[in-house]
Amino acid sequence: MSSRLLNQIGLFFAALVIVSPAILFFLWMISLSLKFEIDNGAYPPILIPERFAWSNYVKVFEENNFLLYLWNSVLVTGTATLLALLIGVPAGYGIARLKAEKSAVVIMIARMTPGLSYLIPLFLLFQWIGILGTLWPQIIIHLVVTVPIVVWVMIGYFETTPMELEEAANIDGASSWQVFRLVALPIAKPGIVVAFILSVIFSWNNFVFGVVLASRETRTLPVAVYNMLSYEQVSWGPLAAAALVVTLPVLVLTMFAQKQIVAGLTAGAVKGG
Amino acid sequence: MSTIAPERTGVTTERTGTATQAIEESQTIRLAPNYWPFVVPALVVVGAVIVFPWAFTLWMSVNRWTLGQSRSFAGMENYLRLASDPRFWESLFHTLTYTSLSVAAPMFLGTVAALIFDARFPLRGLLRGVFVMPMMATPVAVALVWTMMFHPQLGVLNYLLSLVGIPPQEWIFNANTVIPSLVAVETWQWTPLVMLIVLGGLASVPREPFESAEIDGANAWQQFRYLTLPMIAPFLMIALIIRTIDALKSFDIIYAMTQGGPGTASETINIYLYNTAFSYYDIGYGSAMAVVFFIVIVALSFILLMLRQRSQWNDVEGK
Repeated sequence: MSSRLLNQIGLFFAALVIVSPAILFFLWMISLSLKFEIDNGAYPPILIPERFAWSNYVKVFEENNFLLYLWNSVLVTGTATLLALLIGVPAGYGIARLKAEKSAVVIMIARMTPGLSYLIPLFLLFQWIGILGTLWPQIIIHLVVTVPIVVWVMIGYFETTPMELEEAANIDGASSWQVFRLVALPIAKPGIVVAFILSVIFSWNNFVFGVVLASRETRTLPVAVYNMLSYEQVSWGPLAAAALVVTLPVLVLTMFAQKQIVAGLTAGAVKGG
Repeated sequence: MSTIAPERTGVTTERTGTATQAIEESQTIRLAPNYWPFVVPALVVVGAVIVFPWAFTLWMSVNRWTLGQSRSFAGMENYLRLASDPRFWESLFHTLTYTSLSVAAPMFLGTVAALIFDARFPLRGLLRGVFVMPMMATPVAVALVWTMMFHPQLGVLNYLLSLVGIPPQEWIFNANTVIPSLVAVETWQWTPLVMLIVLGGLASVPREPFESAEIDGANAWQQFRYLTLPMIAPFLMIALIIRTIDALKSFDIIYAMTQGGPGTASETINIYLYNTAFSYYDIGYGSAMAVVFFIVIVALSFILLMLRQRSQWNDVEGK
């Protein structure tokens, strides 16, 4: 019994060691964001300052238009995710029922393609139809990220849901659409939640599309944070606070929906290739 | 637009092929529900945002075209220029160095982490949750904080090194250490994905062979080497393929931290491609680069897929 306990303690410390880079990074990030300039420049570095600089967070929102960029991010991620669910959930259902697993290759190729190769042609297209100053180019191009995720997760989910109920409804004379809407969709709710969460995270985090397509008014948060950096802003406190503001929604989501995220990622990954 | 059509029809005919097959199959059972209307909207979107850009990129790549100037047909000129562009070859070399390091380190650490998290111990769920967080954090935000930590004078990393007596490093600010430093960030962020995939593999490993191996006196290393490893090999291959694709495509971290610098010391193909298309607006040349880059990714993935096929055969024989 005691050797088993020792074994557990050993494993706990091994896990602690391998998790420590993550713990230390996030602790340091919080520390940087809550220190005044003088503490951030101190040597040796200070982890917990005597006075907390909450003003760093105020500065982020007051001086950098962050509320606007936050709203842009919400609009781009929200719209791109909802559109992806609207077309991707039925598509995942159709592909699973058609047993057209080969179409998964298309999604795999979409994953292999570097984001930049979508950007050049779509940039020209958006310029040509004259919507470059709006949020639409970013919403549309985020579909490149969100649609494959949703379709991928939903194919996997609908493949595991039982066919018997659908067949019974079909025999009773329900149309394909009724079967989908009233039988398949309610059962698929957990799968839709997984697809939604993953789609939100990867759309929210996306940087490369925004850096090309966003103008001053249409920046999303990752682009806004990058711009703060490139303006050689020397004060680290507000910079770290801004970085934390950008990534906090995603980290909170990760904490609360860990199970779904792990299920979605591993299912997708294991089925991949 | 005419160049797009064959590409599109190519995809649709392939799909109709599998469709008729599937419909025939289900018709033998009972009334066949029509599933195609469900797929059509997604096909339209995929056509517009994925297939169209591809066809258009191919077409741009055979044109001399800088934004704001007139366009003219160039044939293979852009591709030939690529072959004799030393900066391209240098960026290809950087890409391959960056990729092999950013695959090897997360593969090793991720497998070790998966073996630890597969066991039971106190606070396992919480620690696993924290371990997964770097993967989900916004890459640009992560890059920004790492940049501060790499700062040669004020950065916390040099302070930590000084505690164990190692002289201060210049990290991303020195041409010799920039790629390994970026790889460290990439490893920090993407080891969790490897861990999750391998953990999924470990969950599917049966208990019985280990019990008999124990009775036969096999030690922990032998059990891992001759039982666990062959059984999780297919999962390791999947992790390897996904990691390779993602590392080749890596952009956010490199761009946000160094923009390919100092000089061009960390300029990968992706960064060079970005600079060509969106700093110099040379979209013809940039498109040719995108095409070649895509071929590199597909070729490497294909080689790994072939290896995966082989590892699966070994796996079947092993059982």
